[in-house]
Amino acid sequence: MINSRDILETINMIDNENLDVRTITMGISLLDCIDDDIDKACNKVYNKICRYASELVKTGEDISKDYGIPIIHKRISVTPIAMLAAACPTKSPVKFAKALDKAADTVGVNFVGGYSALVHKGFALGDYALIESIPEALASTERVCSSVNIGSTKAGINMDAVAKMGHVIRKSAELTADRDCIGAAKLVVFCNAPEDNPFMAGAFHGPGEPDCVINVGVSGPGVVRAALAKAGSCNITEVADIVKKTAFKITRAGMLVAREASKRLSVPFGIVDLSLAPTPAIGDSVAHILEEMGLEQCGAHGTTACLALLNDAVKKGGVMASSHVGGLSGAFIPVTEDAGMIDAARNKTLTLTKLEAMTAVCSVGLDMIAIPGDTPADVISGIIADEAAIGMVNSKTTAVRLIPAIGKKAGEELNFGGLLGQGPIMDINPKSPSKFIARGGRIPAPMQSLKN
Amino acid sequence: MNAVITVLGKDNVGILAKVSNECAGVGVNIVEVTQSVLQGMFAMIMFVDITKSTVPFSELVDRLTETGDQLGVKIHVMHEDIFNAMHTI
Repeated sequence: MINSRDILETINMIDNENLDVRTITMGISLLDCIDDDIDKACNKVYNKICRYASELVKTGEDISKDYGIPIIHKRISVTPIAMLAAACPTKSPVKFAKALDKAADTVGVNFVGGYSALVHKGFALGDYALIESIPEALASTERVCSSVNIGSTKAGINMDAVAKMGHVIRKSAELTADRDCIGAAKLVVFCNAPEDNPFMAGAFHGPGEPDCVINVGVSGPGVVRAALAKAGSCNITEVADIVKKTAFKITRAGMLVAREASKRLSVPFGIVDLSLAPTPAIGDSVAHILEEMGLEQCGAHGTTACLALLNDAVKKGGVMASSHVGGLSGAFIPVTEDAGMIDAARNKTLTLTKLEAMTAVCSVGLDMIAIPGDTPADVISGIIADEAAIGMVNSKTTAVRLIPAIGKKAGEELNFGGLLGQGPIMDINPKSPSKFIARGGRIPAPMQSLKN
Repeated sequence: MNAVITVLGKDNVGILAKVSNECAGVGVNIVEVTQSVLQGMFAMIMFVDITKSTVPFSELVDRLTETGDQLGVKIHVMHEDIFNAMHTI
């Protein structure tokens, strides 16, 4: 029999500490939709998504009601569209983005990820055209998210793609300047991108994935912070234990939802992504967990160590709670989506350089950071190269999601609303890396890649 | 199939009666009840068998949520698996 204390603890987590399952993401392969007639291909894409995902949102809502746990998002990830675009090289791939947007609208999901290209070793047919079209695709759709993998531990870093992405990020912001540059908030540049990530904006359905799969992303920074607050002044080993135990419980809830969604939709279960994903809501912040550990504010010296402990303990606790773990799995640090990080960035305790150090020990990278609108493309490329190098050498995923705030300067604010949040435009180092970026070529894969 | 009904809020006359009545009306059998009143705050946990429920689970959730609103307390109705999943290995 379940004991009353456990029941009340779960209810308290849901009511007061923002426990939720962040997303059920259905991965759908579009490889069978490839056609050299782009209109036919788009029709196939639209029809397949609508057929496979017609019950996704309703099933998510039903599960949420049965178990009393909020499931915030129901989303879709698809095969990188560059693979479909390769078959129709003379047409603009933006048509695919519109087909995805329409399908997302029909089935009622709020985002569909996979307007993507994997170019870590070089550009295949379709890749370059897709990357070129990203700004237009993001400006002319509501729900489509895009990502480009420009490096990996195995392949090194494609510096031609790094140089290109600096321009693509800028242009994505410019084309949506009237909407707080939101285009750039839907674009992620990856090193070591996971193929089964359920979280947006970087979700895509990798080529090694099955035809259709259910991946679930859990969350719960508020629950972890509350557990640490209750524990009071224990030592740091006990802090790690508390995080582990809490992550176990959160992940078990996610695993239950994943198993149930898989059963009800008759789609195989893929992975649970053990992540602490913050939202701008009060009490749902990763920064506040770090502060609960004893930092005056996130960004202070000690932040990287606290984050390393948190990231590791989340994985240790979560991994036993799920039969398959994957995706990004760890703590996210998206600045504009985290109330504590927004505050820390506003008073400059949290800087871009500190964030870069933090990305070496967290699950993703420089995420949701507004930068001055006049930042040149090659400086953005320099930031991408640094971040990709951290990922490549440490055999981990790193990502860059920067939003150049067109027409605005450091200290002003961008406001996307909703879960994308808001935040100050952060200072960047203005010195130019342009000669380095202009060299092009590929940074060779590091020694760590030679594991055979 | 078992579900757990929890009632949390300010103590009032007739909370248990009202919730039990609601359950009886739709064929939901109460298996066990624990309740406590701490400093005027009422916490009741009911284990119920919903195999013979005459309404779908989601409707039961809606009905009891509404009952909670009328009584000024918070009522959760959740499948027991969520608690088993989170609190047992």
